[in-house]
Amino acid sequence: MLITCPYCGPRDVIEFTYQGDGNRQRPQPASQNLDAWNAYVYDRLNPAGDHNEIWQHSGGCRAHLRVVRNTITHEILSTEFARGGHKTESRS
Amino acid sequence: MAEQHLPERQSPLEPEYHPGSHGNFEHGVDVILSEMRPGTILQLAAWPGEEKQLIEIIGEVTGLALPDGAGGGVSSGARAAFGFAPGKFTVVDEAEGLAQAFAGAITPAVGTLTDLSHGRTAIRIAGPKAEWVMAKFFAIDFALPAFPLGAGRSTNHHDVFAQIQRTGADQFDIYVFRSFARSFWKALCHASEEVGYEVQ
Ligand SMILES: [Zn+2]
Repeated sequence: MLITCPYCGPRDVIEFTYQGDGNRQRPQPASQNLDAWNAYVYDRLNPAGDHNEIWQHSGGCRAHLRVVRNTITHEILSTEFARGGHKTESRS
Repeated sequence: MAEQHLPERQSPLEPEYHPGSHGNFEHGVDVILSEMRPGTILQLAAWPGEEKQLIEIIGEVTGLALPDGAGGGVSSGARAAFGFAPGKFTVVDEAEGLAQAFAGAITPAVGTLTDLSHGRTAIRIAGPKAEWVMAKFFAIDFALPAFPLGAGRSTNHHDVFAQIQRTGADQFDIYVFRSFARSFWKALCHASEEVGYEVQ
């Protein structure tokens, strides 16, 4: 499985660390809404198909990435920086 | 100018550093390995939006025209610089003291400066089989069109993080953690045996 890092280009999955479901909405740290915290910690869509995920290129540039992966085929449909702050020209 | 008293650096490779020809070299040496021992290795990081400003500062302080874009880099004589992550750059100088030159130039509004001169070990691999040996270590494309002259790459070998800069058509400079350097060096020597290697 190859993931195309927007900075480094296509790299083997072994260079990346999965950082969890990209659909989670973290409540404000001061929030006392227990339902919102419960949903953040436990609720997952677990789709058979396209899935929003957060990965880190931990064995490369160490950027956090927003990845859409198909959970059936493992096809990577898109990758982008999780934080859009750095406007670096992609090599891929 | 005040006299500087800098600690003398010991090479972490020393017990395993054996100058001369090794391995299968009867038909010639196809790879030359050496420790570069630059005086300065710096990591510079720009806050989001300040990347171009930092590239300009690197140019002013070092005289290197660092190209913008992912993994862009340049090396000329004693100095080298390359991008290794979004907004982050490695800058190397043969001489010590480059950190002081940057200290006044990089303001807190632009970014940060970390002096890694004692924390990284720089190893150079050169020769007609350099690409071949590197390809056994790292799962990236070392062909010249994919990895142009001066460019930098961040990757790793068995969890040993490595920054690689191409400083010649058949030459790469590898920066590894000092604490892993000897083990990495031994592995690199083993991998070079089949092509015949010389340690300089
Ligand atoms: Zn990357």
